[in-house]
Amino acid sequence: MNRIVAKEEFSQNPGVKMMQIEAPRIARKAKGGQFVVFRLNETGERVPLTVADTDPEKGLVTIIFQEVGKSTMALGKLEVGDCLADFIGPLGQPTHMGDYGTVLCVAGGIGIAPTHNIVKALKAHGNKVISIIGARTKDLLFWEDKMRDLSDELYVCTDDGSYGIHGLVTKVEEELLEKSRESGEIGLVIGIGPPIMMKFVCKTSEPFGVKTLVSLPTIMVDATGMCGACRVTVGGETKFVCVDGPEFDGHKVDFDEMLKRQSIYLEQEKVAVERYRHGDDCGCCDECGGNQ
Amino acid sequence: MAEEVNKAKKLPRHPMPEQEAKVRARNFDEVPFGYSNETAMAEASRCLRCKKPKCVEGCPVNVKIPEFVGLIADGDFIGAAHKLKETNALPAVCGRVCPQESQCESRCVLAKKGESVAIGRLERFAADYERNQGKMELPKIAPASGKKVAVIGGGPAGLTVAGDLVKLGHDVTIFEALHKTGGVLVYGIPEFRLPKAIVQAEVDYLKSLGVKIIESYVVGRIETVDELLERFDACFIGTGAGLPVFMKLEGENLNGVYSANEYLTRSNLMKAYKFPEYDTPIVKGKRVATFGGGNVAMDSSRTALRLGAEKSYIIYRRSMDEMPARDEEIHHAGEEGVEFLLLANPERLIGDEKGWLTGVECIKMELGEPDESGRRRPQPIPGSNFVVEVDTVVVAIGNGPNPLVPSTTPDLKTNRWGNIDADLETGKTSMPGVYAGGDIVTGAATVIEAMGAGKKAAVAIHEYLTS
Repeated sequence: MNRIVAKEEFSQNPGVKMMQIEAPRIARKAKGGQFVVFRLNETGERVPLTVADTDPEKGLVTIIFQEVGKSTMALGKLEVGDCLADFIGPLGQPTHMGDYGTVLCVAGGIGIAPTHNIVKALKAHGNKVISIIGARTKDLLFWEDKMRDLSDELYVCTDDGSYGIHGLVTKVEEELLEKSRESGEIGLVIGIGPPIMMKFVCKTSEPFGVKTLVSLPTIMVDATGMCGACRVTVGGETKFVCVDGPEFDGHKVDFDEMLKRQSIYLEQEKVAVERYRHGDDCGCCDECGGNQ
Repeated sequence: MAEEVNKAKKLPRHPMPEQEAKVRARNFDEVPFGYSNETAMAEASRCLRCKKPKCVEGCPVNVKIPEFVGLIADGDFIGAAHKLKETNALPAVCGRVCPQESQCESRCVLAKKGESVAIGRLERFAADYERNQGKMELPKIAPASGKKVAVIGGGPAGLTVAGDLVKLGHDVTIFEALHKTGGVLVYGIPEFRLPKAIVQAEVDYLKSLGVKIIESYVVGRIETVDELLERFDACFIGTGAGLPVFMKLEGENLNGVYSANEYLTRSNLMKAYKFPEYDTPIVKGKRVATFGGGNVAMDSSRTALRLGAEKSYIIYRRSMDEMPARDEEIHHAGEEGVEFLLLANPERLIGDEKGWLTGVECIKMELGEPDESGRRRPQPIPGSNFVVEVDTVVVAIGNGPNPLVPSTTPDLKTNRWGNIDADLETGKTSMPGVYAGGDIVTGAATVIEAMGAGKKAAVAIHEYLTS
């Protein structure tokens, strides 16, 4: 159960990795926009990750993650053949499928992963999709080919100009929305990436009056609506990302509150990472041999 | 007889030794140590063995109380444990968390003029004795019926249904959403009140009877009830009251504000009190306020002390007399240093510019006329606002029904609060072959009431499968 059957490293620093997990039921059931929760082992925490792709025939679920904390670092150390203690899903609401005409998908960094699965669903539903993918620098981009194959048009940006268009994804977003202003061609924007990027994707689309969905990566524990750790304010109301989301109308999301809530455990995260890097519980640390 | 009654009434019930308050307030070990063999026998011999035992009527699962107590008095502890298990699948749990003082013990004849037999403590003693002997005797299992039952939710209701139906020869599978089975027994009730090893032993016992358990399986998402009915002959829904209620106060999303569900789940299920050995973190507040006056509020405020709080307050809008928590829990909390700010209601949460909680503004209350619950209605005293400095708040004012299963089962009728409409005597729902019980039906109640609902549903499901 929950065996890793494929692994690929997209970038080294920071580590961005892809894994395929054997989870036939989830692979059959998961729809675009939904997420899974993994737990590494008995002492592990429950970590949500949005599904990047599924292969229902082979029973595989693809996840892509950035090594930002102890749990994702330890996940990255696992190899093909290893198993996760828990791999739970699909969770949350799927992206609402409708006839939007043209959908503009704006993906930043690790957000390319969930966007891929959503674009796949939107295309299957008969929509035209224009995608913009971007990252800080060339090394952090991945799945350009897959996104190009799926999308009707693809734009690639890097903040530092090391690849594709030099500039932020929001620059291209604005140009495309401007072009569509007359025709009203773009009926929906979907923005997925770091919270700050999503906030600006929404700020960019707001004056054009185009509905914009964002997928919120909040902290979760049970991820079934039981604890409320993931609560966000949307249109003045408290919502639970795990059951009401993860996608919400970005023009109504209180991003500032969400960003503050994301920082609750920063101190503990530092302690955990430090302990993981130099502690005796990992046994796999390159720097100290795991015994320091 | 009258003489005997008078004699028994004069004997006070035997206290149960427990960890000293100051010490236990800083550790997660269980508070009481339990009776010794001798004390248990002495306590059990206080029982008058009434011909028409009122205590049994007071028990939602009708445990054969005089019989098991009598066996303890005779020194047959294993026999007592077996007698308990005839009607109660989880005696070690119930002996610890049941509100006996308002159930069996409140009906005890001795309680009229003196103190009732300590039925809960004796139940705990017998169940612990058997478990510690390491040989749990398996009951007779009826021949296989060829019928399959899906039980959704591995809490007290689901575990009871599963245990009863497997003994009747049915093929039972429990689907649990979390990675550990036990429901509120593992995520909600703290280690110091119900050690998780005890829950695990009860779950293992069910497995040894043949119950299959699939964890990390979120019914409603991975498979709906309708889909389950394609491969099972009947379904029982016991998904509990897992939807935290917030107060809709200004500042409720500040960092440091928890629902009791989150606070307790982090500490109990995820073992955040052992961070960083365990990965899940928790805010270890120095000044913690818990809102509410139920058992969950007591558990939260006592957990806060054990996580290192210097001040742990209960803020409750009525007075001590109206508090719904068990007397024992209130007493334990007080002993350990929890401070009660009574007749006070939170009005607003105050935070700093970084989004962290710094205080709670409350208003003083006074009690007016009784409301529909029979308790005197609290009313705010205008202008009596005051601020308590706190860095952590736990909101423990109740839970709603978890909507995951009802919202994904179109034919399942619910009431306006989202509870599943089910017959309280049988658990029958609006869907044929689908039964429900516990908090998902009644709203947040007790472990034993959920077990009582499970027992009734098991009888009805058995009838449905065999008729």
